[in-house]
Amino acid sequence: MILEIVGISVLWLFLFGYIIVGSIDYGAGFFNAYSIVTGRQHILSKIIQRYLSPVWEVTNVFFVFFFVGIVGFFPQSAYYFGTILLIPGSLALVLLAIRGSYYAFESYGKQGHKGYAIMYGLSGLLIPASLSIVLTISEGGFVFLEDGNPVLDYSALFYSPLTWSIVVLSIAAVLYISAVFLTWYANETGDKDATNLMRKYALSWSVPLIIAASGIIVELYFHNETHFENLLSLWWMFAISFVLWILTVVLIWKRRNYGTAFWLLTGQFAFAFFGYGIAHYPYLLYPHISIHEGFTNPAMAISLIVVFILGMALLIPSLYLLLKLFLFDKNYIKGKK
Amino acid sequence: MTLFEDPAYASRMLTLLTLSFHIIYATIGVGVPLMIMIAQWIGIKNNDNHYLLMARRWAKGFVVTVAVGVVTGTIIGLQLSLLWPSFMELAGNIIAMPLFMEVFAFFFEAIFLGIYLYTWDRFDNPKKHLLLLIPVAVGGGMSAYFITVVNSFMNSPAGFDIIGGDLVNANPLLAMFTVSMPTKVAHVLSTAYMTIAFMFAAIAAFRLLQKKNQEYHKKSLHMAMKIGLIFAVATALIGDLSGKYLAAYQPEKLAAAEWHFETTTEAPLVMWGVLGEDNEAKYALHVPYALSILAHGLPNSEVIGLEEFPADEQPPLVIHYFFDTMVTIGMFMIILSLLYWFGMRRKWAFVEKTWYRWLIVAGGPLSFLAIEAGWWMAEVGRQPWILRGLMTIEEAATTSDYVGWMFVLFAVLYFILGVGTVVVLSYMFRKNPVEKDLERMQGGESS
Repeated sequence: MILEIVGISVLWLFLFGYIIVGSIDYGAGFFNAYSIVTGRQHILSKIIQRYLSPVWEVTNVFFVFFFVGIVGFFPQSAYYFGTILLIPGSLALVLLAIRGSYYAFESYGKQGHKGYAIMYGLSGLLIPASLSIVLTISEGGFVFLEDGNPVLDYSALFYSPLTWSIVVLSIAAVLYISAVFLTWYANETGDKDATNLMRKYALSWSVPLIIAASGIIVELYFHNETHFENLLSLWWMFAISFVLWILTVVLIWKRRNYGTAFWLLTGQFAFAFFGYGIAHYPYLLYPHISIHEGFTNPAMAISLIVVFILGMALLIPSLYLLLKLFLFDKNYIKGKK
Repeated sequence: MTLFEDPAYASRMLTLLTLSFHIIYATIGVGVPLMIMIAQWIGIKNNDNHYLLMARRWAKGFVVTVAVGVVTGTIIGLQLSLLWPSFMELAGNIIAMPLFMEVFAFFFEAIFLGIYLYTWDRFDNPKKHLLLLIPVAVGGGMSAYFITVVNSFMNSPAGFDIIGGDLVNANPLLAMFTVSMPTKVAHVLSTAYMTIAFMFAAIAAFRLLQKKNQEYHKKSLHMAMKIGLIFAVATALIGDLSGKYLAAYQPEKLAAAEWHFETTTEAPLVMWGVLGEDNEAKYALHVPYALSILAHGLPNSEVIGLEEFPADEQPPLVIHYFFDTMVTIGMFMIILSLLYWFGMRRKWAFVEKTWYRWLIVAGGPLSFLAIEAGWWMAEVGRQPWILRGLMTIEEAATTSDYVGWMFVLFAVLYFILGVGTVVVLSYMFRKNPVEKDLERMQGGESS
């Protein structure tokens, strides 16, 4: 009982990490491409390249960690999700592959190549959209059993307003998270023009984000009432999240404490994301898999948790070193090294 | 077409495609950090700019291939669940641990690679910068180790019991340390180092043929051929042990690879040839006693023939050619690098002749072909099983439609990524020739 809670919490935490790091990464790629198309490359590309270059591989690992972990902790989900996600999963993989490769092709090989930059900027924006479909499917109603095998109802998924609201939310979230982070980062580098431009993007994406997020709660009322009611009973988590959103926007509006603004934003997403996750409990896929039935054997669960702790003991110091050298090193971010 | 009608067949083809493409980048990912490390170490020790530049240029090209390796690795990781959901459900219960650890190993490698690449001139003591490569090389080796552990498990499953269709008494540690693991891991690592050494030798030989910067490329060629020789010999020794493992635990795979149909003593090794009627190998090269020696170390020992296995559990006979390709190339590379090494010491002129250089150039792609052939032999040779003796590929494969279309989609993707890699790498090195980089280094400028 306690083991599966530990398992799902670890996985959810990593998924949260992926959402934040991935959003910064994918949004940055998109803003870079957008600035090239609109001829404002001189303002943005430099800071974006400087931030992205040393950290891009790290982003992908969060994602791999999540899907490898879920197969380990909840093997049954490999069977269900594996069978139904063939097409959406493959499309997401193609986008991830184009994004990762063309990013490297552009930054290490042909710097400033327009076509490559646009290719990875656009594919990056579509990755969260394609991955978010998994969240929609997990709400139930799109999977039925045929001869005991799960089958995905593509047309129901395509015509569901829930699908498209989640897609819109994922895109808005990517652009908002990324813009807030880059405002802070640009400000640290002392680049006024870039800070102002990113600040403008951050403010303009803040409202669509909150509308899309609230819209989904309404959609859920029609789609999955259990989940909706669970969400309501956790209303305080969403209230905190909303307050944090207001505070972030106020700070950015007043051009103050961009660093604090970014941490408030992280808090806003943490409360909303964990509120959503807790309300989803105990189902991984309504109503087919719950974390209790789908859980692995205790020997495997304990081994995975031990490996996880050892792995973290290795990774946290290395990540700290990476951040210290690049993200928080004044000389590096100002372009002196 | 079967590809569009049979999901199990299409899943096999797509896995074949993804693995064949990924293994090229994975081999580079495992092998290159070691080569960079050796070059940089020699460079620092002898205070020789040529070796330092080698390390720098290799690292520059390496990041591009790492990126493609990362994304294709992500693809195969997720495709395992998408194409073989029943297998992954079972595997998740017993062999998830090395998969999980592989992610950590890769994470570790990625972080230090990022730091290494951007800190060429940030340390006052260059040895500190070299130290950063250790976690990169170790991480790469560990990734290969963990993934090969999973593949070993598929060949010799252990660490659990199946009672009434349910998996019980799971022991994740026993599942990791299976009988096939030591030989497989050693073989994968040594072939990766060998192949990458010969890849750099091929590049250097090609540049020498073009009369490019002689001194730099001669040093590079010499170093790569020596490292290649060491690992080629190691590979042959480990290959011999792999044969003994197969004879003891997967005799059907060895028998199919050798076209050894009847159980006999003093078995000859059949190389190449064409299978005629009555399973008679025509035009083949028979090496007397060699199969008995490969299998058990003694010329008169008994080797189990394919006839002892039911027809539906016999691996396809085509793996004979995969085995022969692998072994022939391996032997060729040992002879080629040994002659080169002797030739350079004894000042034999022919090792520096154009035709010999061309043979070295061919050695690069041939080594990669040997890696591919080895994996085809390992994977096709496990047929019809995905988990030997327990689960067939038919039972494991997805029931979804459209797998055939996904094959087409990924074939297009790999084509784009493959062409992209070649275009970008050749552009990078054409724009920054060795001469230019050398001038920059001597001028004290950072690149």
